[in-house]
Amino acid sequence: MAKNCHNDYKMKFSVDDEFPDLSLHNNHMAKVLTKDIYAKLRGKSTPSGFTVDDVIQTGVDNPGHPFIMTVGCVAGDEESYEVFKELLDPVISDRHGGYKPTDKHKTDLNFENLKGGDDLDPNYVLSSRVRTGRSIKGFTLPPHNSRGERRGIEKLSIEALASLDGEFKGKYYPLDGMTDAEQEQLIADHFLFDKPVSPLLTCAGMARDWPDARGIWHNENKTFLVWVNEEDHLRVISMQKGGNMKEVFRRFCVGLQKIEEIFKKHNHGFMWNEHLGYILTCPSNLGTGLRGGVHVKLPKLSTHPKFEEILTRLRLQKRGTGGVDTASVGGVFDISNADRLGSSEVEQVQLVVDGVKLMVEMEKKLEKGESIDGMIPAQK
Amino acid sequence: MQCSLHELHNVLTELGLSAEEEYPDLSQHNNHMAKVLTLDMYRRLRDRATPSGFTIDGVIQTGVDNPGHPFIMTVGCVAGDEETYEVFKELLDPVISDRHGGYKPTDKHKTDLNSNNLKGGDDLDPNYVLSSRVRTGRSIRGFCLPPHCSRGERRAVETLSIEALASLTGDLKGKYYALKNMTDAEQQQLIDDHFLFDKPVSPLLLASGMARDWPDARGIWHNDNKTFLVWVNEEDHLRVISMQKGGNMKEVFNRFCTGLTKIETLFKERGHAFMWNEHLGYVLTCPSNLGTGLRAGVHVKLPNMSKNAKFEEILKRLRLQKRGTGGVDTAAVGGVFDISNADRLGFSEVELVQMVVDGIKLLIEMEKRLEKGQSIDDLMPAQK
Repeated sequence: MAKNCHNDYKMKFSVDDEFPDLSLHNNHMAKVLTKDIYAKLRGKSTPSGFTVDDVIQTGVDNPGHPFIMTVGCVAGDEESYEVFKELLDPVISDRHGGYKPTDKHKTDLNFENLKGGDDLDPNYVLSSRVRTGRSIKGFTLPPHNSRGERRGIEKLSIEALASLDGEFKGKYYPLDGMTDAEQEQLIADHFLFDKPVSPLLTCAGMARDWPDARGIWHNENKTFLVWVNEEDHLRVISMQKGGNMKEVFRRFCVGLQKIEEIFKKHNHGFMWNEHLGYILTCPSNLGTGLRGGVHVKLPKLSTHPKFEEILTRLRLQKRGTGGVDTASVGGVFDISNADRLGSSEVEQVQLVVDGVKLMVEMEKKLEKGESIDGMIPAQK
Repeated sequence: MQCSLHELHNVLTELGLSAEEEYPDLSQHNNHMAKVLTLDMYRRLRDRATPSGFTIDGVIQTGVDNPGHPFIMTVGCVAGDEETYEVFKELLDPVISDRHGGYKPTDKHKTDLNSNNLKGGDDLDPNYVLSSRVRTGRSIRGFCLPPHCSRGERRAVETLSIEALASLTGDLKGKYYALKNMTDAEQQQLIDDHFLFDKPVSPLLLASGMARDWPDARGIWHNDNKTFLVWVNEEDHLRVISMQKGGNMKEVFNRFCTGLTKIETLFKERGHAFMWNEHLGYVLTCPSNLGTGLRAGVHVKLPNMSKNAKFEEILKRLRLQKRGTGGVDTAAVGGVFDISNADRLGFSEVELVQMVVDGIKLLIEMEKRLEKGQSIDDLMPAQK
């Protein structure tokens, strides 16, 4: 808490005086927020004190990019999505393919419902990974939470993770107090997250009090990883080398459910509802919050004129192996599901598994100089 | 409607969050706020808020987020409005005392903007003094300060400023350039003149929320002669700068006082005085700028002096500080230094500029001695 949500003087000014200048802006918030909507919402606040100005600050401060459509708004707590639905429902609809305020979201974390996925060709698929986020009910979110809340989340998380056993036995490394050796190792493992530098995040207040109550937990096998108090309360990642996405997803589902049980015991379950699924800080991560993907070698397919079209039809997206907005290197791409809301975890990972399988087959055909025209999929 | 602070604390209390759980970890910190803020103090202050809703967490956020530097003592706290200095005096009085040489809560600050009271200062040797400059800040009463103000408030400050500045005449006649719709040509000219200010990048400023809604309602005004400049809605509501080439500090200060006084009258006529009180003088966002908010300085060539073992000691005794010509924390280039007053609070404007004028005169005398290979021992000043 304790951001600028309490400048009471602003209500002395008219809507016109306070309405942000969005004339140069290109983000979801700017496309949706009209003076009328602002007028209706400016007098409101969530029970913890989050206001519409807090919701939109990041979008006002970051006009956006002509080619990248950022969201431009964040939630400060679970109630933000209800109190500011007049703004957030249309943003959600634009971002999530026409998702309606009356739609229901399906959650399915039963890994046994995934068909196949254990045999993606490791000559092509270098690694597999599934990540999501979780918010702890009863606490406000990273743009708005106080030090005490953040520490409360860390404490609960440490407790929950410490009780994990077997393949999930692991250790917590708080950012504050990490030794140099620990830091080196975490960097080498590609596990360490740093203080956000992106203005998209800093303008939303998510980096306040850094590195207080932030940390990284991972199991001894280094295949299951949890980030505490970065962009969301928790980010949960399951990963391993090779193409056994089924195993990655199994570990993901089992680990997540074990963690959720422990939080529930303390009367702090995960934020979830039947309309928006899992509630996260950024509206783009609602629903499953899941990004399931592989690093896969597709040098020939990626230069094929139909590559983008194929990805679109498979409901997949590509990134460079450095993550979002990086370029691919050596024909290796990060391919993952494009959707988050309106389909379940199993459905999204199934799309990745089936889609990558098809694309590897296409790659093999192209290697032999054969056509792939007969393999172009229908729109999923 | 907006929830009250009382309700906010109810929510925190329901979660069982005590002062201990909320108190920041300042163990790695080296700034004025961290040296002063104890758990008990935080416990007492966390239930308070200014009338506009600024809280202790708002005051200290920049100091929590920026632990500081072993060699540079940052302030680590800001005001969100005029009342901050009263509501949070338990924290800010000791910070002010530490920063401003032991200034006590009962001390009175003297304001003197009568440039006639400055003795000399029109004849600093232009072979050594390349340029002279005086700057200060002003806050407009009735509005919250840059860490806390809303878009509507910021725009109102801009509108009032544009109106006030537009009515200046003669030597002070000028033009306003809003950051948001500056042409490329205007922008280039302002950069060439060294007038243009950019969106803050320093984490000290960003962490306190001063860059919100950039570049909305920010702008630069300057007179046709380019010797009087006003920044609107940067770190303070107004930053006022008088400057020119050469060593005629008297003229620079004269224009400074005249311009400031005219602007203040214009704001008062519109029902908005500058924030001022007899204890803290002019009230600004950063506690380091209280009092006069004044930094008067010159760019001066002192290649021999700067290599002299007693340089730092002399500056200290003269109550002056040195910077590189790129501003605070830059290095000197070619033996050219930015020398200015070290104090802000507890001395009047005239007194501070007098110290600069007298001190520079002495430093140049010393430089000339050293050029001739002569001693400067007999010129050593007493502590002012």
